Amino acid sequence: MNSLIHRVGSTGPLISRIVAALFGGYALAALSSVAVLALPLSKPQAVLTGMLASFAIYTGAVIWVFAVRSALRAWAGLVIVAVALLPLAWSVS
Amino acid sequence: MVCFLKKGRRVNTDDDVRVVGRGIRQSMSSLHTWVGLLLGWFLYAMFLTGTVSYFKEELSQWMRPELSRLSQIPDQAAVAQRVADELGNIAAGGSQWSMRLPDARNNSVYAFWRTPARNPGQRGFGEANFDPATGKKVGSRDTLGGEFFFRFHFQFHYMPVVWGRWLAGAAAMFMLIAIVSGVITHKKIFVDFFTFRWGKGQRSWLEAHNALAVFGLPFHFMITYTGLVTLMALYMPWGENVAFKTPAERQQLTAELTAFIQPGKASGQKAPLAPVDDMVRQAQQRWGRDNVGRVTAVHPGDAAARVAVARGEAGRVSMSPQYMEFEGTTGKLLTVRDNVGAAAETRGVFYALHLGRFSDTETRWLYFLVSFMGTAMVGTGLVMWTVKRRQRLPDPGRPHFGFRLVERLNIASVAGLSIAMTAFLWANRLLPQPLEGRADLEIHAFFAVWALALLHALVRPARSAWVEQLWAASALLFLLPVLNALTTQRPLWRSVADGDWIFVGMDIMCWVLALLHAVLALRTARQEARSRSGRTTSRHAPVTVASGEGLR
Repeated sequence: MNSLIHRVGSTGPLISRIVAALFGGYALAALSSVAVLALPLSKPQAVLTGMLASFAIYTGAVIWVFAVRSALRAWAGLVIVAVALLPLAWSVS
Repeated sequence: MVCFLKKGRRVNTDDDVRVVGRGIRQSMSSLHTWVGLLLGWFLYAMFLTGTVSYFKEELSQWMRPELSRLSQIPDQAAVAQRVADELGNIAAGGSQWSMRLPDARNNSVYAFWRTPARNPGQRGFGEANFDPATGKKVGSRDTLGGEFFFRFHFQFHYMPVVWGRWLAGAAAMFMLIAIVSGVITHKKIFVDFFTFRWGKGQRSWLEAHNALAVFGLPFHFMITYTGLVTLMALYMPWGENVAFKTPAERQQLTAELTAFIQPGKASGQKAPLAPVDDMVRQAQQRWGRDNVGRVTAVHPGDAAARVAVARGEAGRVSMSPQYMEFEGTTGKLLTVRDNVGAAAETRGVFYALHLGRFSDTETRWLYFLVSFMGTAMVGTGLVMWTVKRRQRLPDPGRPHFGFRLVERLNIASVAGLSIAMTAFLWANRLLPQPLEGRADLEIHAFFAVWALALLHALVRPARSAWVEQLWAASALLFLLPVLNALTTQRPLWRSVADGDWIFVGMDIMCWVLALLHAVLALRTARQEARSRSGRTTSRHAPVTVASGEGLR
């Protein structure tokens, strides 16, 4: 039982990071690809700009998630950027 | 995934993904290791089949040996008219047909068409290759040709196309992260490049991996990112979904991306299509005699017909649409589209960089070689995972399940793929010609042989499996020109005499690749012998044992 708790304790943050990277990173990339629509560009160009840049943002998010000191910081970073982007995405939808 | 991570942790705790209290380079090293491994087998297959796809058209010509080579490019306008007439018969009443005209690399006309739906909701679709000289369907063997490797490299097979593309996208995304984390890991990356230690087991593997990675780094990064861009509308549809509410709005985006004009509504009134050759001639005047790419007609035979004649892919590094649109019944030029917005042009350039279709022969060979190095980079990376861990196994003679699984999958996906791809070409030459579903059978042969290679890798000792499969690939490659000489009218000596460089090049490449596989097999076998003697003298000499793994 103790060893089980220990294992959960040690793998929990890791799984948390993997989820943050895979899904959090994608969500952030998707959000930014919508937020780009707030830029003063024609709609087709803005949509394409968002798509083109999304993979760089996804990559950056994943690197961030595994580079920082704790899983909590990893999530915090993603959330802060997401909160900053939300009003922009909101304004266009 | 978690199971993999646990296995890794049990083997060596300093190499797992746990990053608490560790420097960024170690975290990135772990990230690189696991991201590289998890989809590494798919990546390897995507890289290798993608690499040979740079010669897709040439491979297709080789796989249709009945179709004689074009010593010069026929007049594209005349060809377009011939095939348009034939399509008028085959695809009568359909909403669209589209043909790719012959050029310096294509000796046939590939066309597809939509036929009237028999049931509502069911869309009829047909495709075929046509002989430029006659305009009729080619009389060559039924095969997908080089197109198979090309499609496989981004959508795989035996699964819905969309799933395959998502899987390929995930693999590409993992690759992108592996590249970035790999660069962060090796801060002395350029210095390391000049210190290469041959024959030093793990060190050599690492340095081969690094050298391949660094030398081709700009290419690997470019090819991965642009690969994602080719299917970005599938992977990141959110901006598009938010921005466009109606099909008409969405059409603004489509027009930025493709030279396929939208059908719109048919009038219901029958009217013959104006001469297509006149339209193509106007395009030839604009873009050059041999540089018309594609002719697409919507609602041919209807009064609302329109025809788009698109520019070829040679001579410009962009895939963004450039076409002339004509009224179908009168042949009057309606519009000339030759530029798109900045973001769309960026996407067009990325797309073109990925496909490399703008290349002349020399550039295409460069593409092929660097991409081949990328394949080798993924392959050495996969092998390194086992080499690195073998020396730390508690008992190298009896590795744990995860290790064995990786080891065996490596064999089947690296050496086994060479065998399977060559088997596909063998099947092309060996399957009898009038045969129902022949093109599919070639593909089934590819996968059946690949499955056999996996089975072989599972039942044989790992090192023997490597050596045997490498020899098998070498033998199949070496004998392919012989098979070609026996089964077709185009053996090497005749190809040389005719100056048929596609067939000559294919035969020579088979031998070059056979030689490469033989060298790898010999080196692996030698290492195996060396490590075996090492193990008998000292069972606890893990470094010696470790250096014995795999192909070098």
